[in-house]
Amino acid sequence: MKSQNKSLSFSRRNFLKTSVLAGGGMLIGFNFLSACKPEAIVPVDISKLNFNDFNAFIKISEEGYVTIFSPNPEIGQGVKTSMPMIIAEELDVSWDKVSVSQGLYDPVNYQRQVAGGSQSIRFGWDALRQTGATTKQMLVNAAAAKWGVDASTCSASQGIITNANGEILGYGEVAKEAAILEIPENVILKKSKDYNIIGQDIKNVDIQKIITGKPLFGLDYTSEGMAYASVLRPPAFGKKLVSFDDSITKSINGVLEVVKFGNKIAVLGSNTWAAMKGKKALIVEWKHDVKLENTEDHDTALFKILEGNKFDTRREDGNIKMAFAQADKIIERTYESPFLPHNCMEPMNFYANVTQTKVHLVGPIQTPAWTVGKIAKLLDRDPKEIHLEMTRMGGGFGRRLYGDFVEEAAEISSLVKKPIKVVFSREDDMAAGTYRPAIKYRIKASLKDGEITGYHLKEAAINGNMYGLIPNFFPAGCIPNYKVSTANHQSNITTGAWRAPYTNFLAFAEQSFFSELADELGVDHPSLLIKLLQKVKGTKDEQIQYSAERMEKTIKLAVEKSNWTKVTEGTYQGFSAYYSHNTHVAEVADVEMVEGVLVVKKVTVAVDCGIVVNPLGAKNQIEGGVIDGIGHAMYGDFSFKSGTPKAINFDNYRLIRMQETPEVSTHFVESDLSPTGLGEPGLPPAGGAVANAIHAAKGERLLKQPFINQLEMPKSEILG
Amino acid sequence: MPNYTLKVNGEQVTVTVDADTPLLWILRDELNMVGTKFGCGIAQCGSCTVHVDNAAVRSCSLPVSSISGESITTIEGLSENGTHPVQEAWKEIDVPQCGYCQAGQIMTASAFLKENSNPTKDEIREAMHGNICRCASYNRIEKAVELAAKNS
Repeated sequence: MKSQNKSLSFSRRNFLKTSVLAGGGMLIGFNFLSACKPEAIVPVDISKLNFNDFNAFIKISEEGYVTIFSPNPEIGQGVKTSMPMIIAEELDVSWDKVSVSQGLYDPVNYQRQVAGGSQSIRFGWDALRQTGATTKQMLVNAAAAKWGVDASTCSASQGIITNANGEILGYGEVAKEAAILEIPENVILKKSKDYNIIGQDIKNVDIQKIITGKPLFGLDYTSEGMAYASVLRPPAFGKKLVSFDDSITKSINGVLEVVKFGNKIAVLGSNTWAAMKGKKALIVEWKHDVKLENTEDHDTALFKILEGNKFDTRREDGNIKMAFAQADKIIERTYESPFLPHNCMEPMNFYANVTQTKVHLVGPIQTPAWTVGKIAKLLDRDPKEIHLEMTRMGGGFGRRLYGDFVEEAAEISSLVKKPIKVVFSREDDMAAGTYRPAIKYRIKASLKDGEITGYHLKEAAINGNMYGLIPNFFPAGCIPNYKVSTANHQSNITTGAWRAPYTNFLAFAEQSFFSELADELGVDHPSLLIKLLQKVKGTKDEQIQYSAERMEKTIKLAVEKSNWTKVTEGTYQGFSAYYSHNTHVAEVADVEMVEGVLVVKKVTVAVDCGIVVNPLGAKNQIEGGVIDGIGHAMYGDFSFKSGTPKAINFDNYRLIRMQETPEVSTHFVESDLSPTGLGEPGLPPAGGAVANAIHAAKGERLLKQPFINQLEMPKSEILG
Repeated sequence: MPNYTLKVNGEQVTVTVDADTPLLWILRDELNMVGTKFGCGIAQCGSCTVHVDNAAVRSCSLPVSSISGESITTIEGLSENGTHPVQEAWKEIDVPQCGYCQAGQIMTASAFLKENSNPTKDEIREAMHGNICRCASYNRIEKAVELAAKNS
């Protein structure tokens, strides 16, 4: 089995540099993903922080206060709080002396990390701890030199250094001296049992700004002379612009200008309302020379794939044909999911000011470096002239990995030669594409003598297939004859990553199927999974991604905490367990029939994400992921007619709301292994747990999402 | 374009806008008070909720011409320094994830608690049902409203 805890190798000398600050104190520049450039110099002036050489800085003031500067974006997954916690732990300062600052940057060509794939904490863990511990050792060394004693006779805790004579010095008192010392190698990291900050409930560092309505988000950004741009895009995938009449638009108060670019028209206004009204008033002729696609066409194409034999084999163990030929019984099911829009609460938007000397871009984007590259190509500019500034993001869910809206903003600003901000309406946001692709899974299993002898998963998906290592997730390694086959159908409807790509639906299909297999074999679902997991323990197969030991513990914790099989009459439970994004999760959904209507009352979740850095934030991620997973499995109904989505706003597209929300009870497996991410892994098992609970309640197997179209669900009265 | 005089967070302000301009865009684009958020534009998500004479109102669908002298309160004016019991409860429970919808959630909750200072769990769930949180921080919103009711 593959190591889950592989350290990233780096030399401390190369990833951390220090300087004395002009105003006093010590500044530490560091890189938590890669080494700094050899010539990189830490500035002595805070206003000159260069995030191109270092991607974060720590300032220790002469008063002992610690400020962590990071340009890393926050999309709601809590890393802006949890990553500084890791530094502060090893630095050994009290959390109330620590503040986290975002927004100081060198305005020339800096790069930042990608927020995606729930990987920030997993990749940052070693480097963040090393940074904190190395800085602490430098402070201790400086104090020892001041006292004229050996550093090994001194200790530091809570920002105070103590020597053998009981003398003390605060970090701030030696910061200046520490800054010019040689950076030590081989510092000692704390043992997890000695943690004071990691493992504590620490509140979101931006909470005061959020609850008082301070400008934090891209949509809140403005600059002098900025115009608002509302963009009319083709009304259906496959349509092209022929001509337009903007005479009514131009008569609207506040409309400044109308520009065509490609197949789109931008209406610029002195305020958002004028731009949006102006867009609605455009009279446009469109044409199409390709087929405008319907959901029925996608269904037909995907079923045709499943019936055929043109697949790529992604993993194959044993002899699947022989297993099916010799089976006592064969079970085959097909699971279906629709496209899904992301629907970040903050609609897509971006600011651009393209001038002859530079390109200034500001807004919410998860992939700054990739986007700068694309803009450089689009405008034929040197990437060095492009300055991209990130704001807090009103949700991401994968949508903000794609910079289509940044390209629009840059192109419009370049055409009108002024600063502009593109603002999507909700309708624009839901109709603009980059959806989760519709997928169908067909799973076939052979049973013989009470064992699962064969398992064949076929994936038919729109535009692309499951990425790299997913074929090696459970139950790979547990079933002797095993095969994963994939194929796709190309559509002109654009698709992309959506929270827990592929696994967000694959987990539902797989865990619904295992629930059915368990019934068939006369065992309960968690017991079947635990029995299967024994077969992969000690495997030498390096492709296998999950840990059987960790999954077993996680399953057992969920069983224990949910009172599995021991709940009162009238409560029906469903089980589901899934490994994704390096984290193991098991969930039990409790449903009840209230006046003949199904209600999801509670979800009990067990999680193994290694060390839990910030339990308060971690639970928030799990609670959100589970409810998000249930909401989309239940209500996410997104289909196409003639290349146009049938729903483009919340009056006819349903997101889960308060009264449909179960209580989520989260429990972490105790662990001293390196932490893994939590932004995504809570979501994939949720739909399956609910579907299996619904089966327990009603005897009906749900094979297709959204469930709302197949069941009588609580009515959602939208209160206005 | 006509002039409109509005009372926002206790201050009189005059704006020159078209009669159909929603209060949301006046707050955001004319008055630079961006705490009130745009989510859907059709009064379905609650991100833009403000108080108009103590009632929770969707500012995205409230044309300026329909406002006549009522007192408007936004998230920026709910309290000095975020000390309203609902804001305090939001901090205590650590509600937000991305944070975008939370101003609207807080404005809905604070108007509701003024009407019903001792609500049941079901009443809270009903009152907050109109506000979407895409990050699904609903469990914590529910707990924070309960806590705010207890503390106010």
